[in-house]
Amino acid sequence: MIQGIPLEHFLVVSTIMFFIGVCGFIIRRNLITMLMAIELILNSVNINFVVFNRYLYPDQLQGQFFSLFIVGIAAAEASVAIALIINIYRNVKNIEVENVNEMKF
Amino acid sequence: MDLGQFILMRHELLLTVAALAILVAEIFTSEKNKSKLINFALVLFALVTFIGFIPGETGNLFGGSFQSSQLTVFMKNVLNLAVLIVFLQAEGWLRKPENADKISEYFILTLSTLIGMNFMVSAGDFLIFYIGLETATIPIAGLAAFDKYKSESAEAGIKLILSSALSSGILLFGLSMIYGATGSIYFADIATKVAPNALIALGFVFFVSGMGFKISLVPFHFWTADVYEGAPINVTSYLSVVSKGAAAFIFTIVLFTVFKNIVELWKPMIYTLAIATMTIGNLFAMRQNNIKRFLAFSSIAQAGFILLGILGAGELGMTAIVYFVLVYVFTNLGAFGVVAAIHNASGVETISGYNGLYQTNPKLSWLMTISLFSLAGIPPIAGFFGKFFLFTAAAGSGYYILVLIAVLNATISLYYYLLVIKAIFIEKNEQPIPEFRSSNSMRIALVMCITGVLVTGFASGVFEYIRSISKLFLN
Repeated sequence: MIQGIPLEHFLVVSTIMFFIGVCGFIIRRNLITMLMAIELILNSVNINFVVFNRYLYPDQLQGQFFSLFIVGIAAAEASVAIALIINIYRNVKNIEVENVNEMKF
Repeated sequence: MDLGQFILMRHELLLTVAALAILVAEIFTSEKNKSKLINFALVLFALVTFIGFIPGETGNLFGGSFQSSQLTVFMKNVLNLAVLIVFLQAEGWLRKPENADKISEYFILTLSTLIGMNFMVSAGDFLIFYIGLETATIPIAGLAAFDKYKSESAEAGIKLILSSALSSGILLFGLSMIYGATGSIYFADIATKVAPNALIALGFVFFVSGMGFKISLVPFHFWTADVYEGAPINVTSYLSVVSKGAAAFIFTIVLFTVFKNIVELWKPMIYTLAIATMTIGNLFAMRQNNIKRFLAFSSIAQAGFILLGILGAGELGMTAIVYFVLVYVFTNLGAFGVVAAIHNASGVETISGYNGLYQTNPKLSWLMTISLFSLAGIPPIAGFFGKFFLFTAAAGSGYYILVLIAVLNATISLYYYLLVIKAIFIEKNEQPIPEFRSSNSMRIALVMCITGVLVTGFASGVFEYIRSISKLFLN
């Protein structure tokens, strides 16, 4: 379709992005980097939606609309998360995960 | 399109108007009159709740994106009622001097999450469902970090927003696969095209994991206890009752309407999740001394019981879940109300701090006892019937071993609920919490909870009504 790139290539990219995001969320110890990992996950979902729409159901727009809404909501989520990270920084003067551990089992 | 059709969205519109009215009132209130906003918001929201109960039309809007039926209207009314009780309980806390400058924030954030939940419950496609879910989640993170100078509260906020963002990412990945396999995001279209193939199965697993975070099912429950402990107590009660109730409602609706053709695919999954959630929630609840953490694990265990109703698919399962959540609202808010009243008066938050409470505050002690007995499911109280119908629904589908495990778990849960009651009635204490008189609105809220527990338990009409509307909904 798009200059002969098959659907599978896009799906492989989006799946790799998704799992990089999940790994990053688990491995990284900095709150901002964890937020970036989540953005990676959401972008992989966007690729999925747009590609499925373009390749499998080209006569409709549902997938593309969905991805637009995801972009908007991800922005809202990121802004709230960053505000809360600033709040954490004011309380503990640090944004490493090790310091956000006042409550445990 | 006829504008009169917007009456179908009356709950959402009323709540939006209420939230905006509070915002405008905040602008035009002088610094020293800020506490009057509390009365204004309470009266306004009581009015909204009352108007919501007036029966009205049902139908679809926006080409099926927004579905309103008697069942969803009932769910919204349950959520409204729960939020009204939460507001009444929060009144005394909001009047404290340290909260004087953020009164309207509490109401506006809570109402916006409630709007999101209402849209989520009425969703007819996955786009509205997702937008509602996010609207219901993002402001709660702000609420959890409400005591912004306390590091526990800030920690709760960041833990909530990060884990909910991750979970919605996972959920969306699942939805994208379901879209790829079926070519639609509308519930009605997906329901006809869904088939047990690999892509759908994968998408469904991601979907359930994402929802599992929101309802705090067991492999996904790690945020729950920390957030519940760190957040202010009135936000915790909102999280554990309203937020969880709404998520359970929509999870049930989606499983029963969208994925009803692949029941065989999801039953083993829900089965495992149910056992894990009940057992681990119970085992962890036993070793807690902080009452908020204790109630967090108890609410995880209760979510496991809700899954039993999902397994008993069909009309009876749906009825049992809605009835259970209704009972759970009154019961859990009763328990949280007592905890909040004690916390407001004395700052005590540990179970051992409750030792000897009966000598000084007998009424609160009895209320706590009734709430905890109802949570445990002791016969004549409403909580028993809630669990009983869930077990009946699961047994009706032939899950006898699961019901046996659930009954064992209910017995185990009695042990730790009785630990609290033992602390209140039997343990001796040199300096028990001094006698105090809670605010009038707190008293009204507690009376509402106790009336709710008694009425839903003894009036069989409630169950029959829910059953008739679930029947209409599923057919």
